[in-house]
Amino acid sequence: MDAVDGNAIGGLLQQVFGREMTTTETVCGTCGTSRQVAELAVYAHAPGTVVRCPSCDSVLMVFVTMHDRTCVDLMGLAALG
Amino acid sequence: MAGTALRGRLTWQLAKVVAVTAETASVRTIAVDVPEWPGHQAGQHVDIRLTDEDGYMAERSYSIASAPGEPVALTVERIDDGEVSPYLTDELRAGDSLELRGPIGGYFVWEPEDAGPLLLLAGGSGIVPLRSILRHRERSGSSVPVRLLYSARTLDDVIYQGELDNRAARVEVVYTLTRHQPPGWSGYARRVDPAMLAEVAWPARMTPLAYVCGPTSFVEAASQALVRSGYQPGLVKTERFGGTGGS
Repeated sequence: MDAVDGNAIGGLLQQVFGREMTTTETVCGTCGTSRQVAELAVYAHAPGTVVRCPSCDSVLMVFVTMHDRTCVDLMGLAALG
Repeated sequence: MAGTALRGRLTWQLAKVVAVTAETASVRTIAVDVPEWPGHQAGQHVDIRLTDEDGYMAERSYSIASAPGEPVALTVERIDDGEVSPYLTDELRAGDSLELRGPIGGYFVWEPEDAGPLLLLAGGSGIVPLRSILRHRERSGSSVPVRLLYSARTLDDVIYQGELDNRAARVEVVYTLTRHQPPGWSGYARRVDPAMLAEVAWPARMTPLAYVCGPTSFVEAASQALVRSGYQPGLVKTERFGGTGGS
């Protein structure tokens, strides 16, 4: 399955964080690469949404939504915003 | 509270379908009336949510095809095994309701005060947000020079062809038809590659602003070629639709 990019989760992130997030800077916790959210690789067809670093493929963020509740895992990020 | 849109909060709302227009055999433009629409920027998208009888929900993002200030219109390509697009292109009729939220996105957007010249690279239905940018440019009176390179499978797959051929001043449109070309076709007939970009794209020394949208493989190849030719990475905006189709 082809990845899309962080533009595709603009709505999800706005729902979680309450503001536009696609231009927010991120830093990969594994390789240290800085990118805007829109530039990250997004796998939306996994069970949940998995966001990976395009440079080293590490998992940066995971979102799982059930019954209007969204669980968020940001453990792969060194920085967000 | 339903119907009370807090600033910054994104709420699902019911839009009314005003009209459905065929663009190509597999592409429809859906004009919608959204009760609480705060206005949008060129390049933004909406999320659409379909709920079946069992309560199963499927959600997809669709680019806004209209310019800021125009009624909201979405252009949707039918993906044959898709969960959402076949309903939107085949079943939806004027008067139907559609659950959506938006506008969404702040990265893949263009404003008339952004520097130029402007390079737009479209693969298949990746033309949709770029069409919003072109219309916004024209409506805002911007004179920034634009080159659009549009990769489609065949001439019949070119979306907005009449509008693109009736182009505004200082807008150049170049097609490449990757699968089938009409008799006498003298344009490009292959996937976008560095040699084609060297001929079509603005030279890097003009510090162009580029928007690249389409299937993921198209966007990867085209944006990497631009950066290798000297485009500033921060001035190459990308939006990947996934899949392989359409370009």
